Amino acid sequence: MDTVYALSTTQGKAGVAVIRISGPLALSTAQALSGDVPQPRRAALRLLRSPEGTRIDEALVLAFPAPHSFTGEDVVELQTHGSVAVVSALLDLLGQMPGLRPADPGEFTRRALENGRLDLAQVEGLADLIEAETEAQRRQALRVLSGDLGKRAEAWRQNLIRAVALLEATIDFADEDVPVDVTPELHDLVSGVAHSLRVEIKGVRYAERVRSGFEVAIIGAPNVGKSTLLNALAGRDAAITSEYAGTTRDVIEVRMDLAGLPVTLLDTAGLRDTTDAVETIGIDRARARAAQADLRVFLIENDDLPDLPPQADDIILHAKADTLPDKTNAISGQTGHGVSELISRITDTLKARASGTGVATRLRHKQAMERAVTALEATLELLPGHEASADIAAEELHTAIRALDSLVGRVDIENVLDEIFASFCIGK
Amino acid sequence: MKHLDFDVVVIGGGHAGSEAAHASARMGARTALLTLNRSGIGVMSCNPAIGGLGKGHLVREIDAMDGVMGRVADRAGIQFRLLNRRKGPAVQGPRAQADRKIYRETMLSELTNCPNLSIIEGEACDFVMSGDTVTGVILQDGSQITSTAVILTTGTFLRGVIHIGDVSRPGGRMGDKPSIRLAERMDSFDLNLGRLKTGTPPRLNGKTINWESLESQPGDEDPALFSFLSGSPHARQIACGITHTNEKTHDIIRENLARSAMYGGHIDGIGPRYCPSIEDKIVRFADKTSHQIFLEPESLSDDVIYPNGISTSLPEDVQNDYVHSIQGLENAEILQPGYAIEYDYVDPRALDATLALKSVPGLYLAGQINGTTGYEEAAAQGLVAGLNAALASQQRDAVIFSRSESYIGVMIDDLITRGVTEPYRMFTSRAEFRLSLRADNADQRLTNKAIALGCVGETRKTAFTAKMERLTKSRALLDAQNFTPNQLSDLGLKVRQDGSRRTGYQLLAFPDVDFNMILPLNPDFAQIDAETRAQLEKDAIYANYIDRQARDVEMMRRDEAHEIPAEFDYEAIHSLSNEMKSKLSAARPVNLAQAGRIDGMTPAALTLLLSHLKSQARNKSA
Repeated sequence: MDTVYALSTTQGKAGVAVIRISGPLALSTAQALSGDVPQPRRAALRLLRSPEGTRIDEALVLAFPAPHSFTGEDVVELQTHGSVAVVSALLDLLGQMPGLRPADPGEFTRRALENGRLDLAQVEGLADLIEAETEAQRRQALRVLSGDLGKRAEAWRQNLIRAVALLEATIDFADEDVPVDVTPELHDLVSGVAHSLRVEIKGVRYAERVRSGFEVAIIGAPNVGKSTLLNALAGRDAAITSEYAGTTRDVIEVRMDLAGLPVTLLDTAGLRDTTDAVETIGIDRARARAAQADLRVFLIENDDLPDLPPQADDIILHAKADTLPDKTNAISGQTGHGVSELISRITDTLKARASGTGVATRLRHKQAMERAVTALEATLELLPGHEASADIAAEELHTAIRALDSLVGRVDIENVLDEIFASFCIGK
Repeated sequence: MKHLDFDVVVIGGGHAGSEAAHASARMGARTALLTLNRSGIGVMSCNPAIGGLGKGHLVREIDAMDGVMGRVADRAGIQFRLLNRRKGPAVQGPRAQADRKIYRETMLSELTNCPNLSIIEGEACDFVMSGDTVTGVILQDGSQITSTAVILTTGTFLRGVIHIGDVSRPGGRMGDKPSIRLAERMDSFDLNLGRLKTGTPPRLNGKTINWESLESQPGDEDPALFSFLSGSPHARQIACGITHTNEKTHDIIRENLARSAMYGGHIDGIGPRYCPSIEDKIVRFADKTSHQIFLEPESLSDDVIYPNGISTSLPEDVQNDYVHSIQGLENAEILQPGYAIEYDYVDPRALDATLALKSVPGLYLAGQINGTTGYEEAAAQGLVAGLNAALASQQRDAVIFSRSESYIGVMIDDLITRGVTEPYRMFTSRAEFRLSLRADNADQRLTNKAIALGCVGETRKTAFTAKMERLTKSRALLDAQNFTPNQLSDLGLKVRQDGSRRTGYQLLAFPDVDFNMILPLNPDFAQIDAETRAQLEKDAIYANYIDRQARDVEMMRRDEAHEIPAEFDYEAIHSLSNEMKSKLSAARPVNLAQAGRIDGMTPAALTLLLSHLKSQARNKSA
């Protein structure tokens, strides 16, 4: 049985983050991180260090030896400060320890169930949570994948299917009219994907996402008070970390730390109909950018919405509350009315979305890509001895594809057979 | 009226039926094999060959369960080739050209001499029904055979239609009667049916082929046989011829496409993509100017040649023309024209892992009727249905084959959880645990299981036990000692100087180390016999990978251990979504592993399912 770990609390700058480790290596992992294993079920303050001795955080460590734990296995809980950096570093470290892997969705519950630690009523309750977790991961994956990464993942998928198809064709249809030596094309495909994955792992794109955090667009007609609101937000609970004007007149970005979450506020050009060609381009860009943001705050006057459709969870507020008799659901950057409420609404929404995913999901993807690269490199090493080791090379290639499952989607044998039958005239 | 009673009745004497009847009888069940004609037993109606990639694995597994196909094929083999001989042992597949006549005769004699087995000639017209349960077979003459279980292995006989060009007529394989009444009874069970097609090439007179002008393909010099009990080939060995289609052939076919049953719109069934007709090849791969044809002798005792690669549903005159356009076949006489056959199959998702119909107690289906193609696939299903029908009649627990243990398990699981969209054929790439499911270790994987079941004869039991003793002892000898890199390099073996000690067995895992190279390590190694050495080498190559897969295998086995009762009520799991409920109710997975392979299944749904299974089990035991 593997030892698995996961962040069990919501991601974000909360007071405390709890990382749970379950399985035969749980106690020795605690030992490795904190120097000893505290008494069973007693909280102990420990300094967590990496194997190289780098200090990570001071944390409460709790050990629950089997069978008296949630899962019925040895369980260790690490309660660290809720900083994104600490959690990220710790999860990364756990991922590098041999014998440990991130828990699959619902895996703690599943193990608890297998070991008779849960009754039916408890499972019914937990199932909703697992479903939410799975759904959150799916959404997160879609979010991460909807951009360039999505296109690259699709290309990896195509290339890997083609590579497996070439290899499997020489294996399963050896007595048919298929090319005997597919090594050159296979080599190009595999090394191409491996290279692309390595670039991805270096985090060029991911890091961009982590740095920029969530994007929140403020949308409204010109002179509705967007910039005043932005300044009000910046002046209160948030700190402006950078500011620059976009090209021409499209989008101004303000990066801030909003109640523990990295947020980029986008001040979009006022949406209005115009005949000015340059302004039209600016407005189109603003629209596109706003539509792709994680959340939109609409400022409206006289109940007329700008012609950008609000999406789920979007916030719609009446602008210039200071001039209105009825101040419900209204905001004013001028007087500060409703600004605190807006900040809570934004952070609550974003935290809910980040729930259970965030760092963990990115880390999951990174580890998946690392496992895939290892397997692809092994495939490449086996290719020169193609004939004799074709079966083992195929095994490595399948391992790589399975590792990338969450990124490229499941590759079924039928996908491979489709490619084989489309490419080669099989059937003597 | 005549009335007979058996434990198990098998309808059909093809490859599924023969293997099913033999398996059932081996289990000690009183078994009847009902066939239209004794001479139809063991007939190879398509190409005269057994085995190949994936298929050879199936034959070895059937043999490991003490089935008949491997032994009969060895007896009838007139050319043996181990496919992928230069690749790793995991993907090597034994294949043989089989003499049609010897195969038929040997199979008939195996079945005739099998204790507990009676062969009955007659046509099955209907089932004896007791309520919803099948309890026997009614014959054409009105007589009845009652039984606890019936295995239906009627191949392409369900609404079979034969097409030669624009001429079509009802029929099973060439020359046989279709079984319309039985088809109507099957209809009454309200099963999901689909339509498939397959084709055959024209048969040629070997005396009219100009062999001198053709390339020939001999068999292997050291033939690999199917059965773990066989020594060497029995029949005289021959070579096959090789020729090719050319531009002229393609022109003739292209000009007459509209007259092909397939392209003329007479056929709706879906054909296999890996066995296309020559029409298909020329349309789909239009830029290829030539296709390979293997000229396979069907028998040592006649001159019939099976031209493998040009199956067709073109009219006879076009078949004549295109055959004569091919090198070496300029004057070839067509003995029997090629034809396409369309037939109904039962959506195999209606079956459980024992190949019993979930909705019709007492009735098992095996072979082509389940949407598969190939003698080997049919025989393997026959084995599973035969064993389980016998077990059911003896009120014993069913025998289930796992994906992690056998190709048989892979095939059954694919069929019953995924269904088929084209005739299902085994490929090694379908087996996710391919490196451990090898043709060479089929006995190590399955014979113990077979012995525990009681379907293994004394000869095999003795041979297997002795082989395993040699293997275990030799393996222990190799594992007993380990050597430092320095010790190894002193003996001329180069390994990484990483300080880790290695056993003889671990050394064999290196691709460039063979048994001879480790002989200097220990004088006792020399006592290990050649066969055991070869087996240890094959086992060792994959040892590291098999360890790596252990977690996946363990997880699958754990999920397989959570069995789902047939009557399980998915509606009772309130928090399960309606979509999941209907998917599960339709598929009726037999265990949690199968449930997990259902499209769209989520971890949460599986957890809920598991918790309900557990609470039910608790309630029962309480």
